[in-house]
Amino acid sequence: MGIITGVLSAMPAAISQGLVWGIMALGVYITYRLLDFADLTVDSSICTGGAVSAVLIIAGVHPLVSLVFSILAGMLCGLATGLLHTKLGIPPILAGILTQLGLYSVNMRILGRANVALLGKETIISLGNIPMAILVGAVFSVLVIGAMYWFFGTELGCAIRATGNNQNMVRAQGVNTNTTKLVALMISNGLVGLSGGLLAQYNGYADVSMGRGAIVVGLASVIIGQVVFAQKGNFACLLAAVVAGAVIYYAVIALVMQLGLNTNDMKLFSAAVVAVALAVPNLKKKKSTRKKTAAAAKEG
Amino acid sequence: MLKIEQVGKTFNAGTINEKVAVKGLDLTINDGDFITVIGGNGAGKSTMLNLIAGVYIPDEGSIRLDDTDITRMPEYRRAALLGRVFQDPMMGTAGDMGIEENLAMAYRRGRRRGLGWGITNAEREFYRERLKTLDLGLEDRLTSKVRLLSGGQRQALTLLMATLQKPRLLLLDEHTAALDPKTAHKVLGLTQQIVSEHNLTTLMVTHNMKDAIHYGNRLIMMHEGRVIYDISGEEKKKLDVQDLLEKFEQASGGEFANDRMLLA
Repeated sequence: MGIITGVLSAMPAAISQGLVWGIMALGVYITYRLLDFADLTVDSSICTGGAVSAVLIIAGVHPLVSLVFSILAGMLCGLATGLLHTKLGIPPILAGILTQLGLYSVNMRILGRANVALLGKETIISLGNIPMAILVGAVFSVLVIGAMYWFFGTELGCAIRATGNNQNMVRAQGVNTNTTKLVALMISNGLVGLSGGLLAQYNGYADVSMGRGAIVVGLASVIIGQVVFAQKGNFACLLAAVVAGAVIYYAVIALVMQLGLNTNDMKLFSAAVVAVALAVPNLKKKKSTRKKTAAAAKEG
Repeated sequence: MLKIEQVGKTFNAGTINEKVAVKGLDLTINDGDFITVIGGNGAGKSTMLNLIAGVYIPDEGSIRLDDTDITRMPEYRRAALLGRVFQDPMMGTAGDMGIEENLAMAYRRGRRRGLGWGITNAEREFYRERLKTLDLGLEDRLTSKVRLLSGGQRQALTLLMATLQKPRLLLLDEHTAALDPKTAHKVLGLTQQIVSEHNLTTLMVTHNMKDAIHYGNRLIMMHEGRVIYDISGEEKKKLDVQDLLEKFEQASGGEFANDRMLLA
């Protein structure tokens, strides 16, 4: 009985957290699903976004305005990875890792120390006021989904989606795939930066390690959203499913924490969840081909 | 309109896998030509098309299209002038996107892509009309994902995409080789129909000698990265498969045409 009430009381906070991380998951969706580019920049660009927002708020900038700079900072991070990949020919995963590592120093420079607290500062979202946090998180999610729905229906957005699908075809249709990749990486990390800014305000601090494992949270959200909700439906529904996936992820985390899992074991738990989620479609495919071969052998 | 001069391309130069694909290649394509290209495996047919398309950049020589030197122009820029259909039906279309979205990508070939809608209602009507000409029923499946189509349907769609904006030159790289004979025949018929309707200058690689003779006004044979035989007009009409086989043997110094050519 105690566990159930404990879980239920933890749910609102999990939902608000899920909404904030959901925006980052939407960024991951752009690279991982649409562009087919496993971008590991996010582990650091989310911190860059958070650091920029926190430092600006302390300097007296309005928290909402600071988010604009979080987005811009995130876009620069994406640009760095994009240039490493397109101009210097470094493979996607390595390009992301290099930016991620380099950004650690940049983030330390921005913050000045490992942790900057926003004590007594006004923020637009805070875990001190969960109902308001849920509202703000939901408004941002809706705005971002709307913007993405519009953008990926434009000529440029279509070219980006096609790039993730078949680069060969896209070049034959006169599109510079380097440009589409750069734009996609910038938009993706811009969203991750925004999420980082919101996260710093929500938590009341920016920490240099706040993004550790962010890519796993993003991937988990994308996959959970896809598995739990239908894979069909229009684009806006698919995007909403990603945010819902993030909310479910944090709800599950809240649940296992209530069941007594150690905070330090959470990363292992998250990694295992994502590994299973990534493996299931492949294992299913293997099983069905094995069945088919067996059936064919029987017939033959 | 297209002039290839002394073009050479070697892959993996200086390694144990070195392969001279094209060497001293000369070819002039005239406006309105429909050229069929034959030759054994490794003769350089596909390499030639890819050099024209900009997938590969030549090691030497020059390629000029309408007095513009395109030798080193990036692939995506010269795409404005070229329509392409590939051997692999998966290659010319985006499988996870709808039929209309693929057509919309092709409709904007050679234009700047901005923040206007990726596809408009007026376009949809136009695509429906054009899809009707394929006679495959695709006009009723505008939003279907392309990966649901058969290989033949995908090739027909790619062909339509390649010609939606009239290209200066249409490049067909064995675009029926992966199809069953009946479908291949149908796609070739469509090719003929589209080429004559829009009076397109065309370069078509094929492994099938009968097709090479039947289609087009000019035929070239390639061997070891060069054009060794170039015949057009009335002379080409009189050709038969036997003639081509003899030519091939002569050129290759008595070496037999490979099995695939003999069977064709």
